[in-house]
Amino acid sequence: MMARRLLHWIDERFPLSKVWNEHMAQYYAPKNFNLWYFFGSLGLLVLVLQIVTGIFLTMHYKPDSALAFASVEYIMRDVPWGWLMRYMHSTGASLFFIVVYLHMFRALLYGSYRAPRELLWIFGMVIFIALMAEAFMGYLLPWGNMSYWGAQVIISLFGAIPWIGEGLAEWIRGDFVVSDATLNRFFAFHVIALPLALCFLVYLHIVALHKVGSNNPDGIEIKENKGADGKPVDGIPFHPYYTVKDIVGALVFLIIFCIIVFFVPDMGGWFLERANFEPANPLQTPPDIVPLWYFTPYYSILRAFTYPFLGVDAKLWGVIFMGLSLLVPFFLPWLDRSPVKSMRYRGWMSKWSLGAFVVAFIVLGYMGTKNPGNTDLFWFQNVRWAQIGTVFYFAYFFLMPFYSKWDRTRPPPERVR
Amino acid sequence: MKRAPTLVLAALCLAGAALTAAPARAAGAGGVELDAVHIDLGDRAALQRGAKLFINYCLSCHSASYMRYNRLGRDLGISDELIKKNLLFAGSQVGDLMVTTMPAEDSQKWFGVAPPDLSLTGRARGAEWLYTYMRSFYIDHSAPSGWNNKLFENVAMPHVLYELQGVQRPVIAAEEEVMEGRLVTVEKIQRFELVRPGKLTPAEYDQAVSDLTHYMVYMAEPAQLQRYTVGFWVVVFLLLLLVPAWLLKKEYWKDVH
Repeated sequence: MMARRLLHWIDERFPLSKVWNEHMAQYYAPKNFNLWYFFGSLGLLVLVLQIVTGIFLTMHYKPDSALAFASVEYIMRDVPWGWLMRYMHSTGASLFFIVVYLHMFRALLYGSYRAPRELLWIFGMVIFIALMAEAFMGYLLPWGNMSYWGAQVIISLFGAIPWIGEGLAEWIRGDFVVSDATLNRFFAFHVIALPLALCFLVYLHIVALHKVGSNNPDGIEIKENKGADGKPVDGIPFHPYYTVKDIVGALVFLIIFCIIVFFVPDMGGWFLERANFEPANPLQTPPDIVPLWYFTPYYSILRAFTYPFLGVDAKLWGVIFMGLSLLVPFFLPWLDRSPVKSMRYRGWMSKWSLGAFVVAFIVLGYMGTKNPGNTDLFWFQNVRWAQIGTVFYFAYFFLMPFYSKWDRTRPPPERVR
Repeated sequence: MKRAPTLVLAALCLAGAALTAAPARAAGAGGVELDAVHIDLGDRAALQRGAKLFINYCLSCHSASYMRYNRLGRDLGISDELIKKNLLFAGSQVGDLMVTTMPAEDSQKWFGVAPPDLSLTGRARGAEWLYTYMRSFYIDHSAPSGWNNKLFENVAMPHVLYELQGVQRPVIAAEEEVMEGRLVTVEKIQRFELVRPGKLTPAEYDQAVSDLTHYMVYMAEPAQLQRYTVGFWVVVFLLLLLVPAWLLKKEYWKDVH
């Protein structure tokens, strides 16, 4: 009785019940979500984990080039449970990308970027790019030698831009090389500017989602089939159905997460690199400067350009195409001309294209961790594989208007299965 | 078979994940094979012996400036009194960081390079590297210190454990190797030969270096002694929680068709 009166009191002043109903209890989601649909809520979970562990790290971390490395070790050794916060944060960073990549793959698989979800997709892409910036700047903070040289290499890319490049790189660093000034401003971006932007973008992403409703594995609109009560016949209220389902997903995720955090936090060098346990040394580069795995597909595209062309330097071509590789996916809703959304009802052309794209992305990622001159896979040098991967990466997008139109599709069902 | 493409793509993703998750193999500089060493951080005796070696032989020149004496004591079961009596330099407190008394400017002058901090070497280089490194010193009269190292060529560090190991000399043989498409002959160290025995037999020396490696792996991340146990119970708890969560989901979803 008390609770009811309190709720009434709040509702008079704040639309609590209204928001709850619109977005949870009476928000209808398709009933046929499969495994791929866990990754959205998992993304939100990792975002919260990163913010909370980040707050605790910030309490002890010192954004000063003379103190940063030691302060991280202080967290690892002297701060009670500091090691746990640090490993949760470093593991969370990698798992964030795994979750986001799988979430994006789901969109490619079921055509979730198609009308009327174009803005939803664009907000998602902006989140992805903001997340890359967040991860890149966060990686500098431990001030290890790989942090230092990774930042040095990536910021110097801006120097390849004609006319303004060098000045731009200097403006980003705040110095002629990566230095204390760079560390301090990256700290500011990492702990306040980008997290704020990310939270706001996630809010927009969810607002857009709840306006248009979720897509589903069949790629048909449940809103087109409403019952006498005005509710979609193939929809179920998000709460309680998907809240209880997502709790199961979250627990499975947390089990995997905790196994990594407690038993293999550096993942054999894939999540925490060996060279980063040595303090930043501006006079000595690590044997190989390699970004963390989640950037390597794009790093491969950058390094795939080895010849000058049309009077433009190879390095600049690399920078242009790396930028394009992040820009082109924004146009996906307009590149896809298939009459159906879901891969389930598309023909072999779309299926093989998506398959080839996934393989190309993995090959690019693998080659990004290797020396371009070596041969780590069969037949070709790594750089050649990266070039092949780059061609397939872009072909997926640029040829999509053709193959998605020519492909033989099957009519999707009236109702979800 | 509407699910076939999904399955194929899921399999591709998993294959990719497996490819990406293959751990990077450690290899020494210049392609020197690293010797395997088994590290068991539950072996407290090995950790204690390693700590003793570290403090007696390494700490004179190197610091471990992120490590505190009493943390070592707490983790390895050494009381504050024992630390004070046996491990501390004059004037140090048990809560102090393990910092060498040798000034960096002097060591820079004497060795050409200041000895690096060793707190994290167990992580930065890895156990196998350390184990191999400490067993790869050999006598070399052309080197400034009189010592050289097969794994870390022309290293400034002398062989500080020579009184334990003794003095070893390399056995060199010519090997043919393809270099830039041409067959060249290079002289390579095949093995070592003990010319003057030390206090320990070769097997005892290997054991001592293994102990030291144990200690340095521990020191690089003292939380290792804690995290496996905590992690076990956290995962058990989550698995238990999964049961009611799964039943709850099943209960709600039984009316969805």
